[in-house]
Amino acid sequence: MNVEKEKIFQRIREGLAMPSPWPGHHGQEHAHPIASAEAVSHWLPLVGGSFEERVGLFASSSEKLRSAFHLLENEAAARAKLAEVAMAEGWTRVAAHGDGTYCGSTHAMVSALGINTLWTDTGYDVREMEKCDAGISECDALVAQTGSVVVTSRSAGGRALSVLPPHHVVLARREQLLADLPDAFALLQRKYAKGYPSFMSFITGPSRTGDIERILVLGAHGPKKLTILCW
Amino acid sequence: MEGSTTFAQEFKAQAKRVAADLRHRGLIRTALTKYETARDLQKSAFQDWQGARQAAAERKWEAINHLDEHLEAFASRLEERGTKVHWASTAAQAREIFLEILKEKGARSIIKSKAMTAEEIHLNEALEKAGYSVVESDLGEYIVQLRQEAPYHIVFPAMHLTRGEISALFTEKLGSKPTDNPEELTMIAREVLRDKYITADVGITGANFAVAETGMISITENEGNARLTGALPRTMITLLGIEKIIPRLSDLALFLPMLATAGAGQALTGYNSMYAGPRQPGESDGPEEYHVVLIDNGRTHLLADAEQRDALHCIRCGACLNVCPIYRNVGGHTYGTTYSGPIGSVITPHLRGLQEWKHLSQASSLCGACTETCPVKIDLHHHLLQNRRNAVAKKPVWWEKQAFRLFGYLATRPGLMKRLLPFAGFAQYWFHGLVKGGPLDPARAWTQTRDLPAMPPLSFTDLWQAKKREARRAAEAAK
Repeated sequence: MNVEKEKIFQRIREGLAMPSPWPGHHGQEHAHPIASAEAVSHWLPLVGGSFEERVGLFASSSEKLRSAFHLLENEAAARAKLAEVAMAEGWTRVAAHGDGTYCGSTHAMVSALGINTLWTDTGYDVREMEKCDAGISECDALVAQTGSVVVTSRSAGGRALSVLPPHHVVLARREQLLADLPDAFALLQRKYAKGYPSFMSFITGPSRTGDIERILVLGAHGPKKLTILCW
Repeated sequence: MEGSTTFAQEFKAQAKRVAADLRHRGLIRTALTKYETARDLQKSAFQDWQGARQAAAERKWEAINHLDEHLEAFASRLEERGTKVHWASTAAQAREIFLEILKEKGARSIIKSKAMTAEEIHLNEALEKAGYSVVESDLGEYIVQLRQEAPYHIVFPAMHLTRGEISALFTEKLGSKPTDNPEELTMIAREVLRDKYITADVGITGANFAVAETGMISITENEGNARLTGALPRTMITLLGIEKIIPRLSDLALFLPMLATAGAGQALTGYNSMYAGPRQPGESDGPEEYHVVLIDNGRTHLLADAEQRDALHCIRCGACLNVCPIYRNVGGHTYGTTYSGPIGSVITPHLRGLQEWKHLSQASSLCGACTETCPVKIDLHHHLLQNRRNAVAKKPVWWEKQAFRLFGYLATRPGLMKRLLPFAGFAQYWFHGLVKGGPLDPARAWTQTRDLPAMPPLSFTDLWQAKKREARRAAEAAK
């Protein structure tokens, strides 16, 4: 075993010999624990129970975050919307991944654009992806509470697809819209407990910075735009 | 001993200068007022912010008070999936580990995302000295790196600079055209750094949380620079303190929104990413090698102090800095420490030496705003008092001790006290008056800028007895 590791553990065990007071009560002992895992939802911002309430919350969060959220009738409408965005921005090259678990028709939808496409499924050249106008990916979930998109290296075409191109387009199904963060983590655990992807991320709005005089600027290093197509 | 006077004197001199700098005050006020508005809005969105604080405090308590078990679980989960886990007791050992990895990988250029632990061990200096080029990718960190400065704030590193100064800096260092538009400035940095991500051999990151249950590193950021750092280079190294542990993956559902709210007034930070190893079979990208460097560097010393152990609960949100009247007046650089503000004043004496850094515990109004705002309920202002007590207990100030002995002697002898009191005013005027505020005055830290109230001609006992006499006389006259 690693020598330094042993030494650190030795110091930790010696240090912990003396118990420390229960937290949050300035050393007074009368306090008792309150926390159970289920309770987290009761402290976090409130999310309504119905689908309409969740969509409404996701839409208003998106607006605040300056993500573009489009709730669409069906796949055909999503396809049309994607083509519309591609046309409006004049995409000449996009990056995407093939069919995942959720959407089932990503490959077909992207192919239908008729634009030069870099498929990331089996590895790709980073410099090629850097030249792409957009990255199109699926996701694991949408979170109404925060307006977040949950992606993993398995569900969304790797680590870079959703962050390197200047515009990230997310394809999502209505049933993927979850209420809150505890639900999202529960989903990740249900889905991946047997072997987690090496990367999972909660994407909340386009890339942003406030490092210059705390003034918001979008597209600091990652995408300047985040578009979510949900049907 | 020499150090003790130097650090404290530097602090005082800097504090005096910065507190009177009106331009600086204006910048800090603007930045922190914006922060406060956003933070309050987000806090009020919580159904129960106080409940969330208590729960977060308890989860961190659980993690820190069973740190050995959690660390063991964390490291073995990571190793199972092909991550190399390294252990460093000291800053020097951690730097050595980095240099070894870089040498083995034949690395040349390194891209780095924000890590306060890297500041703590002076990693950039060490790597540059060894001939590597290291580029900070967080915009604020990149700016202070170009200025060859330490970060001003643990969350907002370039809070002390105006866009004009940043534009001048970019013009000088990058040859860009001057502009006063923050967006254009950001785009200049974006262009320069894009290429660095793609060409870098190694990416270095810090961590916000380490999940014991699943063996994951969680990184919180807004810009996407950490994500690119963890996606493109062939080798990724994460440096983190051993106290970053949280027990379960689901705990992030609580910690991530709290960190965002307390840190920057956001519902959730732009990117919250969890890393569970190098590129796995079937994945299309990601580093071939993933190294995690766990560092102690004084943390077990803090752990051994049961009274202040909760300072290890800190999630580095910076909320206590933002509300601290001292921080807001003296600014981040005055501290001369990696971690500034109340949390820095509490932990620095543990990490770097109590006697050398005890002056930070004196630089406090004990208003308790830090304790009240802390999302994990660290008892910050009481810890400052405990640091004062510990510093004096370990190394009493001889003249204070003598003064209190004299006071104790007199206070328990009322007769003697009474006879001496009439001379107090005389002594104050003729003896202390001669040296007051000067170099010979033992109380000059206080008396330089303040007046002691003059000794009253009559003591309380005298006044009381006079009053009683008068009442008696009045009663007799009434008869």
